[in-house]
This record gives sequence, structure tokens and C-alpha cells, in this order.
Amino acid sequence: MTQQRLLPVSRRAFLAGGTALASGVLASPAILRAEPAAVKVGLIHPVTGFVAYNGQQSRLGATMAIDDLNKAGGIKSMGGARLDPLLGDSQSKVEVGVSEVEKMNEQGVAAYIGCFQSPVGIAASQAAAKYNTPFLIDVGASDLLVTRGLKNVFRLKPGFGVCVDQGMAALDALNKGANSMAKSAVIVHESGEFGTGTSKLLSSKLPSIGIQVKEVISHDNPTRNFDNIALRIRSLAPDLVMMSNYQNEYVLLARTLYQQKVNLAGFYSFLGGGFNYKFVKEMPDVSQYMMDTNHWFNPKSEKAQALKKRVEATKALFTYELYLSYSVVMLLADALEHAASADKEKLLAALSASTFKAELMPYGPTKFVNGQNQGGRAATLQSLKGDIEVIAPAEFASAKAVFPRPKFT
Amino acid sequence: MLDPGILFAGVLNGLLAGGVYVLVAVGLTLIYGVLHIINFAHGSLLMLAMYAVFFLWRLSGLDPYAALPIVIAAAFAFGYLLYRLVIGRLSHGRDENILLITLGVSIVIDNVALLLFGGDTQTVETPYASSFVRLGAAFLPLPKLISFAASLLICAALGIFLAKSDTGKAIRAVARERQGARLVGIDVDNVFALSYGIGIACLGAAACLLMPTYYVTPSSGNAFVLVAFTIVVLGGMGSFAGAAIGGLIIGVVESLGGLLLGEQLGQIGISAIFILILLLRPSGLFGARQ
Repeated sequence: MTQQRLLPVSRRAFLAGGTALASGVLASPAILRAEPAAVKVGLIHPVTGFVAYNGQQSRLGATMAIDDLNKAGGIKSMGGARLDPLLGDSQSKVEVGVSEVEKMNEQGVAAYIGCFQSPVGIAASQAAAKYNTPFLIDVGASDLLVTRGLKNVFRLKPGFGVCVDQGMAALDALNKGANSMAKSAVIVHESGEFGTGTSKLLSSKLPSIGIQVKEVISHDNPTRNFDNIALRIRSLAPDLVMMSNYQNEYVLLARTLYQQKVNLAGFYSFLGGGFNYKFVKEMPDVSQYMMDTNHWFNPKSEKAQALKKRVEATKALFTYELYLSYSVVMLLADALEHAASADKEKLLAALSASTFKAELMPYGPTKFVNGQNQGGRAATLQSLKGDIEVIAPAEFASAKAVFPRPKFT
Repeated sequence: MLDPGILFAGVLNGLLAGGVYVLVAVGLTLIYGVLHIINFAHGSLLMLAMYAVFFLWRLSGLDPYAALPIVIAAAFAFGYLLYRLVIGRLSHGRDENILLITLGVSIVIDNVALLLFGGDTQTVETPYASSFVRLGAAFLPLPKLISFAASLLICAALGIFLAKSDTGKAIRAVARERQGARLVGIDVDNVFALSYGIGIACLGAAACLLMPTYYVTPSSGNAFVLVAFTIVVLGGMGSFAGAAIGGLIIGVVESLGGLLLGEQLGQIGISAIFILILLLRPSGLFGARQ
């Protein structure tokens, strides 16, 4: 009778396996050590509602950055702590954005990133201020975001004040190059904080470059029909139409003005929500010669070009929401690295003193003053032959601007 | 004071916009007239039909107007089955249940659309998109003229169908007296499903007529629901002719309001009509007096 083994392995094999396991454990002390606690990052974006596309792009950019950071070993000064994204949907509504802040606070969030819409960002960052939690604005144009004296709010990108100033300088240069032929403008803007704030700045500053504002037209989101606005613009016969609106209304307005053959020297938008690769590729005739001062990646940055390729390989578009959110996650990671802690006071101090290099963007060194990065700047773009070209600032320009645009025949 | 030429152009723009509102409102009023419920899924189903038009164009190059028969048939079938398989079964014959179910259906459709199609703005480009007809100060885009004419033709055809065909007569009978219709042998449940299907088919037609000049996102259908509801109240709940005339009136009011008061304040005209009708003539212009 043979003795049956209790284990289906021999003594020799058991010893060999045990030795290998022990040596493996000794060689990998990290397995035995407790993993550093993950740093929870609240991402609050409007992934549903009327600006869902923009919110989804922001979320995509932020989560790509978090994946990249985690794959690269996490936050080194914190023992390789991973970033753990908490995904929030503001539903394009202020009150929902605030409730996401409260919910994530309960979950122990170390910092928030959001919110695309200025009104949501204003309210959500105010709510985060109660807990002294850092709030990083990835997209949000209103300068109110950083002028309320809140110590927890940081914005890497420029606000609409800086964008309008830079766009105004670019427009002035263009106009002077065309013998100052543009003398009047009509402003069409969405009725929220973003459009209204931009419009006020434009109205006050356009006369300083010799352009009189004939009328300011505000519209709701959504607007079903721009026929009457086109009619009004034609009757006013301005040289320029200046637009400041979100994606859907931007596209619909541009298409209506084109369909109705409204003759202008130029369409010029500030932070135009719909001025992106999709618009110029799908509507090359409508978008041709339209100009926009907006956030744009540095076309000469290898990292930006590599990320663009990765994004486009997934059939997504490389839009400003995406690379701004990506950059802001990198800013947070840089601050965590310097703070070596997710402690709120230390993190706020690290952010305030940050000299982060935003490699994807055409920015100078980061320097926060009252939460606003002084190194951020916008680019002026033009749609030419189904592509987007940078026409200013000169050191990043990829094409010469066409201004005034040829008239409809 | 605005130039008369601009006012004239504004009226024409309003009529063209109202033409498409008519179809959306006719679907809503038909469903209300027969089933006695407000179809909360109306905007979501319009959005779904707009995506159908978009994908037919994107995948097979089919022009939105050429897609009319396909989308109308598909929308009818979808509406019919939706009623038969979901709304009718879950409502257990109670109108208030139908209301809640259509609300639930709309939430599901909106979110499934967001999941499947993303939140991006989708548009259809046609070779005639930039063609227009000039009439004084008015530049009338050709697609809007086609849509206006097609909308009125479809409404007229539907009116004739409801007036002359046996099915149409059955629908009218059920709308007027549900129990009586059942007693004379009309399959009331089938008429409910047919009416719901026809209401959604109207949305299919509206989607084909809208897409050459509008865009679609998962929330774009909602932009038409409030205005359609106002039209139905103005014309009279359940009144087919009321929805047709009301659509044109609302289109013109919205347009002139925008011209005279500005684009934002102009919307006040629609709200004012809504309130005035409820105060002065709650049954609407063509609704039966209670």
C-alpha cells in the first residue's frame, strides 16, 4: 500500500518553492510595506447637460494625466503615492457642482479640479474654501474666480481679462496691417457670466483701438434660431462680428451668418467655445477665415504633439479643455511632490510658491499672484483651409493671417 | 422703430421657424388628445430621431430630406413598440402612471444617448446649405423654405388621414369618447399605440426638417419641448388645427419679440402668450370649451 501525500508536491519541490518565495519577498520590500495612501483628487466637470462635450473633454484630459502619473510611479516624495480620481458631474448646474464638493469632502479629497463653467467654478471653489481645500481651475474664464480673496483657488490659464487684452492687441495689429479698415463691430455673446463678462470688457476696450461697438446682442443657451440676429447684424452693417459663446451656439451662429451671406471684414471670437478641429474640419467653408483668441497648446512642444497623437488615435479631439485639464493635474502633482504631503496647508503653500513648467502650453514660468498664474497667455488662431493655424503671438505663429476676409459674391 | 423691410424679414423668419415647431407640437397634441397625457419623452425622442437622421447621413450619405420616409417609418415603429412594450404594459391603464413612465423613458434615452454618442455637437452638411432666396430684406435659407413647405404638407396629409381613413376615424373616436369607442368594437389599446406611434412619427419628420439647419446633442430636443407645449396650450390641448396655427403664431411672436426687445427679452412674448391664454381662454384658440 502506498502512502498518499497530503500535498501534491514533493518535499524537495516545496523547499525550493519556499526559498524562491522568501528571496522574492526580501528582494521586493515594497510588497511587504504598506502602500502609501492614495491622494484623492476631485474632478468636477459638466459631463451631462448643455456643455457635456466640454466637460467630457476636461475629464478625459485629467484622467489621462492621472493615469500617466500613476504609471510613472506616482508622487515620489510621498513614497510613490498614487492619485485616485473621484469623478463628479456638475450636470452643467451650479447647485449640483456645489453638492459634488460636499460629497467629495466627505470622501477625504485632497484637492479639486474643475469646473469648465465659470458660475459653477465660482460657487464650487467657494464651497471648497470652507474646508481650506485647494481648488484648481482647469477651465473657467471669469476673473471673478480669482478676485474674491480666496486662498484656496488657483488658475493656471489666463482669464478673460488677459485673453481680451491679448486678443485686442492681435486684432489691433491685424487691423493696422489692413490700413485700419475695420471701424465698427457688433458683439454677440451668451448671457452667462462668461459671455457677459467678456462682452463688457470688449465694449470698454474696442474704442481704444479705433473700433466702435454698434450693438451688443445677448442670447440664451440654448438658442434655437439665429436668423434674427443675422438680420440685425446685416442691417447694422458692422465691419466685425465678435462672438463669445459656448460650442452649440457658436457653431449655429457661425453657420447662420454664413448661410445668410452676411458680409464682414472678419469674425473674431474670444474663447470661442466651438472653435476647434471638429468645427474647421467638418465645416471648412463656414469656418474659413474665422479668428479666435483662445487657449492653445504650444505647437513646438514635443510633449504636446505626442499627447495630440495619442488623443487623436482614440478618435477624440485635442481640444483646449483636454490639454488644460491635463496640465492642471500635472501642476497638482508637482505641488504634491514639493509638499511631500497631501496636508492641505502644505499643499496650499506649495501651490502658492509653484514654479511649475506647463510643458504643453506656450506659457512662461508659473507664478501665482492671488491664485492667478501670471505666466499664462492665449494664442490667436485662424481657420484656414480646414485647419487651425496660430497667427499670434509671432513666436508660435504657423501661418500669416488673412484679413480682411474675401467678400461673398 | 425698426425698418419695415426688417420687420417683414422678421415675420418671414418667424413663419419658417414656426413651420417646424408645428410638427413637434402636432405630435404632442395628438398624443395628448388621445391618451390624455403630456408626453414627457417628446424632447428625448426628437433628439433620438435627429441622431437617426445624422447617422443615416454620416454612414450612407443620405440627405435628410431623402431620409424622411425611412425616419418617419422607423419613428412610428419605435413609438408604437415603445407604447406596446413599455408604456402600455407598465401603466396598468392609469394616466398618471403614463406620465411618470414617459418621464422615466426620457431620462433613460437622454443618458443612453450621452453614453453612446457623447456630448459633442453633430451637424449635417448639405450641398444646398448655403443657398438662399432673397425677398426684399429677407435672405431665406433654402433648407428652411423646404422644411417649411414639407412641414405644412405633412401636417395636411396627417389631417386628411385623420379625417378620412378608418384608422383616423377610430383615433378621433377614442379621443372623443374612449368607453364608447370600446363599446363599438374599436381596439382602444391598439389606437393608443397607433396614436403614440404617429406622434413620434411627426417627431421623425421634424428631425429630418431640422437637421439641415440645426445641430444635435443629447440635450438638443429639450429646446423644442417648452415651445411645443406653449403651442399646444395656445391652439387648444388636443386640437390638431390649433397646433398648426399656434405653431406659426408662436414662430412669428418669437421672431418679432427678438427683433423688437432683443434676443433674450424676446422670449418673453412666448411666456406672455402662455399666461394670457391660461387666464383668458384656458381651452386655447381651437380647444373645446369645458
